[in-house]
Amino acid sequence: MTILLSLQGVTKQFGGLQALTNVTFDLPQGQILGLIGPNGAGKTTLFNAINGVYPPENGRIIFRDQDVTRARPYHHARLGMARTHQIVQPLNELTVRENVMVGACFGHENQNLSNSAVIADEVLAFVGLTSRADQLAGSLNVAQKKRLEMARALAARPYLLLLDEVLAGLNSSEIDNMIQTVLKIRERGITIIMIEHVMKAVMNVSDRVIVLDYGQQIAEGSPETIAKDEKVIEAYLGDPKLAEQLLEEE
Amino acid sequence: MQQFNLLVASLPDGILLGFVYGLAAMGLTLIWGVMNVINLSHGPIIALGMFGTFFMVTKMGLNPYAGLIPVAVIGLFIGILIYGIAVHRVINAPHLSSLLATFSVNMIIIGLGTAALTTSPYNVDFSAGSTKLGSTTILGTRLIAALVSMLFTGGLYLFLYRTRPGKFIRAVANNRSAAELMGIPSTRILALSFGLGTMLAAVSGALIATFFPFSILSGGSYELKSFVIGVLGGLGNPIGALFGGLILGVLEGIIPAFLESSWVPVIEFGLFVIILLVRPSGLFGAKK
Amino acid sequence: MKLWHRYSGILLPVLVVAALTLWPVITGKPSNRESAFTILKAVALASSLNILLGYTGYVSFGHIVFYGFGGYVGIFLLTEKDWSLWMAILAGGVASGILAFLLGSAILRLRGAYFALATIGVNEAMRAFINNFELFGGPTGITLNFSVYKTYGGAAQALQTSFYIGAGLALAALLTSYFVRTSKFGLGLLAIRENEDAAEVMGVVTPSAKTWAYVLSAVIPGMIGVLFFFKNGNVEPHDAFPLHASIELLVMVMLGGQGTVLGPILGAFAYQGMRGYLVTSDFFKDIQLSVSGGLLLMIVLFIPAGAIGWLRHRIPLMRRVLA
Repeated sequence: MTILLSLQGVTKQFGGLQALTNVTFDLPQGQILGLIGPNGAGKTTLFNAINGVYPPENGRIIFRDQDVTRARPYHHARLGMARTHQIVQPLNELTVRENVMVGACFGHENQNLSNSAVIADEVLAFVGLTSRADQLAGSLNVAQKKRLEMARALAARPYLLLLDEVLAGLNSSEIDNMIQTVLKIRERGITIIMIEHVMKAVMNVSDRVIVLDYGQQIAEGSPETIAKDEKVIEAYLGDPKLAEQLLEEE
Repeated sequence: MQQFNLLVASLPDGILLGFVYGLAAMGLTLIWGVMNVINLSHGPIIALGMFGTFFMVTKMGLNPYAGLIPVAVIGLFIGILIYGIAVHRVINAPHLSSLLATFSVNMIIIGLGTAALTTSPYNVDFSAGSTKLGSTTILGTRLIAALVSMLFTGGLYLFLYRTRPGKFIRAVANNRSAAELMGIPSTRILALSFGLGTMLAAVSGALIATFFPFSILSGGSYELKSFVIGVLGGLGNPIGALFGGLILGVLEGIIPAFLESSWVPVIEFGLFVIILLVRPSGLFGAKK
Repeated sequence: MKLWHRYSGILLPVLVVAALTLWPVITGKPSNRESAFTILKAVALASSLNILLGYTGYVSFGHIVFYGFGGYVGIFLLTEKDWSLWMAILAGGVASGILAFLLGSAILRLRGAYFALATIGVNEAMRAFINNFELFGGPTGITLNFSVYKTYGGAAQALQTSFYIGAGLALAALLTSYFVRTSKFGLGLLAIRENEDAAEVMGVVTPSAKTWAYVLSAVIPGMIGVLFFFKNGNVEPHDAFPLHASIELLVMVMLGGQGTVLGPILGAFAYQGMRGYLVTSDFFKDIQLSVSGGLLLMIVLFIPAGAIGWLRHRIPLMRRVLA
């Protein structure tokens, strides 16, 4: 079992705010890791740290046996890490296909233009955006932009995929669809970390779950263990709906 | 020893000029701070201020300092006009749009000005006497201009911090959408702010007219100085602009004592680029 | 069919430049040649600037600094070191490229308006510096000895040759622009333009991509500078670093549509053509700057994507041809 990603004592501060404290875990290849926690717990900040956007002050991040703690995001991409953003970041004046080609061209496979066009078309079919391939990305609606974001990340054929709230705003059947998609992605050999608020999805898809609260890891384990963990329930008690959901899982 | 004498001779002048530079820069930095727009018509408006004094003195026989009031008022209105015509539509567009919009106003003013006034130098024949400070002579015009600049700075401060419109301006500068939500008429405030910025530019031009000969093209070099000062003092920070102006004035006073005065612009712009790279928020902190 | 598809984007631009080059040849009038030269010079400068502005999204107000600096280096080598015109032109391009490389590493870290201001600062600092630089003639600059033209067959022949070189440089500029636009490198630049942070996350090595875009956008202006000052017979700080002209370059790129190959060419053509008309018309002569300014304002307010950009948005089918 190879460890794809390893976080050791990752700590991040923004001025006076302690965003992350001592986050530590190993991520084996092929695992789907769910990252949950109340709003403001630091989940996206953790992604930003893993990804190189906001490097941590302390701690180390090892990806594919390389220390990437202080590396720039393009290094991470070149090594095979891809991510989607909570607030979508489309390249508005480029077409949908061109957007996805960027992912393929500058990911770790470093494809040329014609190959990435082929890859782009394949990935667009996978996420169901083929009919919009020649449209400008800026003209898509939010749900489509989210799929585009995912397509861009997949086109890079990453080793590790960081998904930031891909289910937000989807209805029940769309969520089921997306869960299937995530599982299919894992079948292709891609390791996944998912930030999610939709408990049903996270609990059903994840092999393992880590819970953050105020930047600290308060729990870690299988979905069943986490659902019964007192500290987790307490953290979410401030958020009654989620606490209810968790209790329902039992 | 000779250098020290040169220094003593040119330093006071530099400081006094620095106040006027600061005033000009304040106009630029105010607009930047409130609406994130760099007014590239700043230079021609300074030149218009210069001509304002000229016409007040030669055609209306006014004392140039009395003429400051009409120049200020006209400067205010020109700014509001420019805002309405050129800036308002592109206020939320990418930076390039507002830069080009104000630059087009620059071109329009220069074009009309060149046609109407040509590029030959004009002069305001005015003397306010001089005083002796040790071995240095200080011209009255410089002294009064510095005082006027200080007055306007104080006036601006009072306006921004003690009046309602001033408070609205600070609110809009801080967070435009929040200000709108609280019922502040942002368009009118933005227009007013732009007008204030151009007013300061025009007044500084009016003062400079009492120092040197000028033409419609003279505003350009003061516009560039305003950029340098704005960045030095922190874009969006009017007090910073005043101090930045003084620093520049002092530099202009000191440098000729050691190097040929033609090196002054090299040092000014070199400093400009270095500050942008090393401390873009300026020496005194930018607003945004 | 495939070939047409692949190169359709370059067709129109090349045709425009070819037409501009042939027009004075066909009509045989030197005045036409000089007008064509002015337009070709603008085409070369605008196309080059477009690589930085249109593709990468970095607004340079002081781009003319490369024209002036390269020009000075080339003319210096031509007059003081007896280099041939060809070598001097090449040297001018290389010098500008190196300047862009060094500068870019420093100022491309800045974004938006700060970058624009920095480019103004650089241009003004360079002008002021050269004004003091005795080796380059200080305030009086460098004047070509008339005998220099003898090597090129006399003054009249030299003007002819210069014209063809100018046309060649314009062609080189638009070919460079086209090949960047259709390359993987260009795709990375466009990604930077649209969202630099997202581009970085996707793996675009933004610092080096921007720097190379800057270098590519500087080389041909450097060469054009040498050529122009050779024709002109002298170079002075004031003429070499004209800030107003630098900003007018921006106008040309915007007018035609930044981010396209054809846009800057049409923009340069239209702008220079308009200026040429205004300057000779009795009525407009004095206020030509105002008219240009008014036109720019209209475009900025109502068609910010420029003429070609507007067409591309409206008629997606034309996107291939209006590259």
